[in-house]
Amino acid sequence: METALSVVVGCLFAVALYLLLSKHIIRMLLGVVLLGNAVNILIFTAGRVASVAPPLVPKGAEMPLSAVANPLPQALILTAIVISFSFFAFLLVLAYRAYQDLGTDDTDQMRVAEPENDGLPPLGY
Amino acid sequence: MADSSDIAILKAEAMVHGAFAPSDYLVIAPVALCFLFGAVLLMLRKRVDWHPFIAIPGFALLLAADLLLLRKVASSGPQTMMMGHWKPPFGIAFTVDMLGALFVTTAGFVAFAAAIYATGSMSRTERRYGFFPFMFLMMGGVSGAFLTGDVFNLYVWFEVLLIGSFGLLVLGSKHEQLDGATKYCFLNLVATTLFLITTGYLYGLFGTLNMADIADKAGRFENDGALLTIAVLYLVAFGMKAAAFPLNFWLPASYHTPRFVVSALFAGLLTKVGVYALIRVLLMLFPQQHADLATLIAWVATLTMLVGAFGALAQSDLRRLLNYFVIAGIGTIFAGLAIGGAGGEAGSAMARAAQAATAGATGAAATGAAAAITPLLPGSSGLVIGLSGATFYALHSIVVMTALYLAAGMAARIAGTASLRSMGGLWRSQPALAALMLVFLFAVSGLPPFSGFWPKYILVRGTFQAGLPWLGAAILVTGFLMTIASARVFALAFWRNAPEAEAAGSDEAFGFQPAGKPSPVLSMLPLILLALFVVAAGIAPQWLADMTDTAARGIVDPAAYVGSVFGGGS
Repeated sequence: METALSVVVGCLFAVALYLLLSKHIIRMLLGVVLLGNAVNILIFTAGRVASVAPPLVPKGAEMPLSAVANPLPQALILTAIVISFSFFAFLLVLAYRAYQDLGTDDTDQMRVAEPENDGLPPLGY
Repeated sequence: MADSSDIAILKAEAMVHGAFAPSDYLVIAPVALCFLFGAVLLMLRKRVDWHPFIAIPGFALLLAADLLLLRKVASSGPQTMMMGHWKPPFGIAFTVDMLGALFVTTAGFVAFAAAIYATGSMSRTERRYGFFPFMFLMMGGVSGAFLTGDVFNLYVWFEVLLIGSFGLLVLGSKHEQLDGATKYCFLNLVATTLFLITTGYLYGLFGTLNMADIADKAGRFENDGALLTIAVLYLVAFGMKAAAFPLNFWLPASYHTPRFVVSALFAGLLTKVGVYALIRVLLMLFPQQHADLATLIAWVATLTMLVGAFGALAQSDLRRLLNYFVIAGIGTIFAGLAIGGAGGEAGSAMARAAQAATAGATGAAATGAAAAITPLLPGSSGLVIGLSGATFYALHSIVVMTALYLAAGMAARIAGTASLRSMGGLWRSQPALAALMLVFLFAVSGLPPFSGFWPKYILVRGTFQAGLPWLGAAILVTGFLMTIASARVFALAFWRNAPEAEAAGSDEAFGFQPAGKPSPVLSMLPLILLALFVVAAGIAPQWLADMTDTAARGIVDPAAYVGSVFGGGS
């Protein structure tokens, strides 16, 4: 099971990195989404996967009666999902505003902050 | 997977009962204060006139809490607070040692100065967008990153400070801000995601995320290749956060676009959080892997320093020049991290032997440390010298970079531009500002008698002792190039007479808006505060060197850190 998931994670990373290497922001955004999901599955796999009961303690018992799934990776993933979702929402708005303001979604042409041919500073006075 | 009998034992032992001592709450006070004040200011978002009167006492309180924490750590060693009464390693630990306390105190100091400056320089409309709430949230993230003792929690604090910094960066929504923010946000998000990926691997390998627990286990771990992979991935992730050479491109693309005071906070704090995390994770958790990577770090350091120095020489905008000073400073800190581990196995073994030899002499060294300033760190191993110098330089860099951006902001506001082509004549009109700027430029170039000189002295000495003279030469060459760039700033913006006005219109001054009412007192006061530190650390460096030495020893030998978590961590 871990092996299969590792392959899935690898494919997701490959696609995410390919998209992030693009110069168009819309493709980079898709890359960010895939990257976030790849990490989540990676943490899930790192916590080991087995077909066992959910980590619930029955009423009246002090501890789980059988082997249970590892709850910690799920807590980590939940945190990571919330964070990556909020960041994606922010990036979406930012990218849209940047597109409106700068008139392009091509990062090569976004040169407002670092203009081309800025020239050298004065060498004397 | 633990079987049921293990679970029973764990269940019985996992929780502690008994209340925290009130002084234990000091460990989380910096974070709690930041979020408390941030939330209050958010609720008062309609009453922006009140914001400075709440924010400045808030930051003063934060600084006071930081100083109390530093005093407590200095007198009684690392402090731990476990969240929710869980026993380590199950609960999230907040562990603060000397390194964390020094960083968090310096961060609180520059935030206090920046808050005073912001009160004087920001107009009412700009505060309406929520400058102070964002600043508190970012400081909460920064403080949390310095105080936490859990790797995943460190990731969460990175994201908290990142989202706060996003807010500050786009505040005002000008074209160049949106441009810079796009690059900053994407690249930093990729860096923190890489951090999370590596943390996933770390959990898969160790089954724990508590730093003390990992430090304890990593030493006797057999699986060398996997550990080295994790160490390299952390080096890449934190190197990107710290803007080390091949991964530094987001910094000069964005740091000159927001308000000057925001640039100042970013330049002072954010890259140093990456450096801190690198020290904490790579040097404390994986000392063996750090020794293997030391040569790589030395090369990264050299290239980062040179890129920073040459980049600064090529800039005509004052803030874009300072951006490259930040990068050069990061390179210098990295040089300190390369000392001691270099030479691989032999160097590391030597360092350990020397550390064992000096462990007994620590008490004697502490009492007799004031005797001689010249060696600064008597009887330390190469690793400790390098780490101590790097920490000293990082603290100096936090203060000086913040001060430089604030001073540049004031100069730009008076001159009406931030371009070196059209600034001038400030020496005559603003002698006090010019004198302060000169102090900060001397300090950032590493010239005596200011705070940049001593850490560079320690580092250069350390590189020669460690058999890395070329690294020492790189530090000195960078210092020389930065002196030239600093001299150019001072000569063009301050010393020469104001140039003809015709050139002024042609230059784009990034993020500059002529403010309505410049408040000289509120702008000069934080600069004087920061200059006091720069001069104090320059004229009498021994007190700071003693503290960074303690911090470095705590990282090289984390026994006290581990003991604080597992021993008395109530």
